[in-house]
Amino acid sequence: MDAKQGKKLDFSPILVPLLSILVALSFGGILIFIQGINPLSAYRVLFTTAFGSFDGIAITLAKATPLILSGLAVAICLRAGLFNIGAQGQLISGALASAWAGYTFVGLPALVHIPLALIFGAFFGALVALVAAVLKAYRGVHEVITTIMLNSIVIALSDYLTSNPFKEPDQPLTRTPKIQESARMPDLLGLPLGFFLAIGISITLWWIMRNTTTGFSIETIGRNKNAGWYAGISVKKTIMLSMLIGGAVAGVAGAVETLSIIGRFEPAFNAGLGFDGITVALLGRANPLGVIPAAILIGGMRASGSTMQFEVGVAPELVDLLLALILFFVTAPLLAKFFKNRKENVAMTSGWSN
Amino acid sequence: MKTLLEIEGVSKSFGSVIANEDISLIVREGEILALLGENGAGKSTLVKAVFGLVKPDAGTIKINGIVMESGDTAAAIASGVGMVHQHFQLVPVMSVTENLILGDEPKRFGVVNIKQAKKEALALSEKYGLEVDPDAIIEDLPVGMAQRVEILKALRRDVKLLILDEPTAVLTPQETDELLEVLRNLAKRGVGILFITHKLREVMAVADRIAVLRGGKLMGTTTPKESSESKLAQMMVGREVVLRVEKSVAQPKEVLLSIKNLRVNDDRKLESVRDLSLEVHAGEILGIAGVEGNGQRELVEAICSMRSRLSGEVIVKGQAIPNLNPRAAHLAGVSHIPEDREKHGLVTSYSIADNLVLNRFDQAPFAKGWIRSLEEVSSNGEALVEKFDIRAPNASLSAGSLSGGNKQKVVVARELSQQLDVVVAAQPTRGVDVGSIEFIHNQLIAARDAGAAVLLVSAELDEILSLADRIAVISNGKIVAIFSSKEADRNTIGRLMAGLAS
Repeated sequence: MDAKQGKKLDFSPILVPLLSILVALSFGGILIFIQGINPLSAYRVLFTTAFGSFDGIAITLAKATPLILSGLAVAICLRAGLFNIGAQGQLISGALASAWAGYTFVGLPALVHIPLALIFGAFFGALVALVAAVLKAYRGVHEVITTIMLNSIVIALSDYLTSNPFKEPDQPLTRTPKIQESARMPDLLGLPLGFFLAIGISITLWWIMRNTTTGFSIETIGRNKNAGWYAGISVKKTIMLSMLIGGAVAGVAGAVETLSIIGRFEPAFNAGLGFDGITVALLGRANPLGVIPAAILIGGMRASGSTMQFEVGVAPELVDLLLALILFFVTAPLLAKFFKNRKENVAMTSGWSN
Repeated sequence: MKTLLEIEGVSKSFGSVIANEDISLIVREGEILALLGENGAGKSTLVKAVFGLVKPDAGTIKINGIVMESGDTAAAIASGVGMVHQHFQLVPVMSVTENLILGDEPKRFGVVNIKQAKKEALALSEKYGLEVDPDAIIEDLPVGMAQRVEILKALRRDVKLLILDEPTAVLTPQETDELLEVLRNLAKRGVGILFITHKLREVMAVADRIAVLRGGKLMGTTTPKESSESKLAQMMVGREVVLRVEKSVAQPKEVLLSIKNLRVNDDRKLESVRDLSLEVHAGEILGIAGVEGNGQRELVEAICSMRSRLSGEVIVKGQAIPNLNPRAAHLAGVSHIPEDREKHGLVTSYSIADNLVLNRFDQAPFAKGWIRSLEEVSSNGEALVEKFDIRAPNASLSAGSLSGGNKQKVVVARELSQQLDVVVAAQPTRGVDVGSIEFIHNQLIAARDAGAAVLLVSAELDEILSLADRIAVISNGKIVAIFSSKEADRNTIGRLMAGLAS
C-alpha cells in the first residue's frame, strides 16, 4: 500500500444522501405524472418558491430552524449509539415551557427574557429526555421504547395543561396566553434570529464532537461500548449526557418556534417537527454540520408544498411522500452497511438486545 | 487418490491490496493440507474463495472436477464443502442441538422433531469423539466447546472437503491435541482437509502436505518430513525467526501486584475465581497456565476493575484498587492487554492514532483540560507505529483495516508505551502471526526488564513455558501450584491443568 491510498477521500457521506434525494424525486415525479401533471413544472415551482427569492429563502430558513435543532437532537444521540425517537416530545415540552416563561414573567428586558425563555425550553426538553436516559443507563430499558412512549405522555400532558391551568382565559380555544413582547425573538437581517442560534448550536456541537474529550467519549461509546468501558469511560454518564444534550436541543427547537413564530403554545402547532428531525439527522449522516443542509432542504419542501398545490394542483401530501421516500432511500444503504459491517461498528445505533 | 479440490491460478485483490496472486493448489481425498502463513498472507481470502464467499478476480476453482461458479456458497455446500469459520457462525441463545440442525432440521408432520434432532446430535458427537452437551446453550459454553459445535455442524452435512480457518486459535493445548486427532480420523475416512493455521507445531504434527503463503503468493509446498519448524517459519516470514525466546535471568524485586482472597463471579453468576491469592514482583513475568474457562478471564477483568469483585482485594504498589472502575486501575499503573482485542481493545472504526490513546485521551499531553490535542495524538500515533513496527502507511488509517497481528500490536503499543508498573497480558498473541508473536514477546520481556510486574495469562502452554519466570497453574478458579521456570515440567503442569493431583 502506498501512502496516498490511506488518505483517499471518501465521498460516500455526501454521495449517498444526494443519490437518495434524486431517486426519491424521480419516484415522486412518476406519481405526479400519474396525476396528469408535468413533474418538471411541479418541481420547478417547489424549488423556485423555496429558494428562488429572498422572501422565499427567508421562509425556508424559518422552517428549517426547528428542523436543524431537532435534527441535532437526534444526531447527537445517534453518535452515542442511541436512537432518540423522542425529539417530538422533548420539543413540545420545550415549546410549552418557553411559552409559560414567555407570558408569566412581566417587565423583563428582552435581553433577559428571551434567553430565560430559551433556557426554560432547553431545561424542560432535557427533563423529558432525562426519564429515558435514566431508564437506559441504570435499568437497560431500550431508548426507542421509552422515547416513543414519552412522546405520547408529553402530548397528552401538554393538552391537559393548555386546556386547564395554562389556558388563555375567556377563550374557547385550547391554547396558552400570548407571550410578552419582551420574549419575542426578533429578526436579524430579514432572517429569524433563531436560525442563527441554530447554526451556532450546530457549529458548537460539531466542534465539541471533534475537539473535546466529551465528544470523544460520546463517539467511543457509540462505536464500541465495551472498548469504552475498558478505556475507563463511564458508559452510564455518557448515555445520560448525550440524551440530555439531545433533549435540551430539542427543547430549544420548540422554544424557538414558540418565541419567534407562534407566539404562544398551541397543541395543533409543532406537530411533526421532532419526527422530521429523524429524517434530517439521517440525511445529514448524524453530523452536526450535515444536518444544516438537510434541514434547509426539508424546510424548503415544507415551505413550498402549499404553493405547489396552488399553482400546479399537486396535493401537498406529496411533500410528506417525498420526505418518506428520501428517508427510505437514505436509510436503506445505511441498513445494508449496518448489517454488512456490523463487526466494524459502522452501526449508527445499538441493537434491541443492548 | 482422487483429487477433491483444484485451485488454478486464483488471484484476488481488494483495492490496491493484493490478497491472492496466481495461486494453484490441490487437495486429495483423505489428505490433510495445511495452509500456513502470517496474518494478512491471504489464507482466509483463499479459502473464502473456495467456499464461494469471495469472488476471485482470476482463476478457477474445481471441486470433484467441476468448475465452481464463484460467489455461490450453496453450490459449494452441495458439492460437499464444509467450513469452520474463525468467527463462530452460531446462534448464541440457542442450544447445541438447535444450532447443529439449523438450516436442515429433521421434521415430523412439518414440525421440527427436536427429539430426533437430539438423538442425531448425540450420535454425531459420539461418532467423532467430540463430546458436547446437546442441551447446553451456546453462549454459556467456553470457546473450545462452542468450536466443537461449529465443527460438528460442518461434519453433520457429510462433508468431503472440510475447511478449518484457524481452528486452534481459541483452543487449549489438550483441546488442540484432541482436535488434531479428530482431523486424522476424518482423513482416514477419506475426507480431504484444508487446515489454516500459523502454528508450526500443529502443522508438523498433523499435515500430510504443507502449503506456505506469504504476501498473497504461494511460496511453495512441502511435507513435514522434508521440512522443520524453523524452515517453515523462514518460508512464512522470509527471515530467521527466534522461536526460543531469549531472555536474561529475572531480577525480581518488591511486590507490585498483590491479590488477596479474591472471589469473582462469571457471566452466569457462578463463582469462577475462588478465594485466589497471588503476588507478582517487579521485574518478573508470572505466567498463569490453565485450561481456558478456569477463571482466567474473570481474574484478569477483576484485577483491571472491569468486573465486580465479590470479595478480596487487588493491591497495586500498596494501593487498593476500587471495584468496577477501570480508569482507577489504569491510573494506579495497571496496563491491560485484553483477551478480546476486537471487543475491548480497539474501536476498529477509529484511526490507529486514536486507538493508541484510547484510555488516556483525556490526559496530558493528549488533552489540555477539556480540549483534545489532536496534533499530539497524531504525532504519538506516528511515533508508536514506527516504534512498534505496526504495518500501516500512516496512523490516520482505521484500525479495522489492519491484519490481526497488527491490530494486536496497536493494543500492545498503547499498553506498553506508558508508565509501566503492572502489566496484565491476556492471550497477548492469540490469532497473531509468527513475526508479531516474536515482537510482542520481546516487548513483554522488555517491560519486565524495565521493572514491571508482568502477569501473563495464556492458553498456550508453550508461550507460558518460554516466557514466564514463575508459573502458576490455575484450575477451577484456584491456584493449585506455583513453579519456578526451572522446575516447571510440561507433564506435571498438564496434569495439574486438567485438575488431576500431581
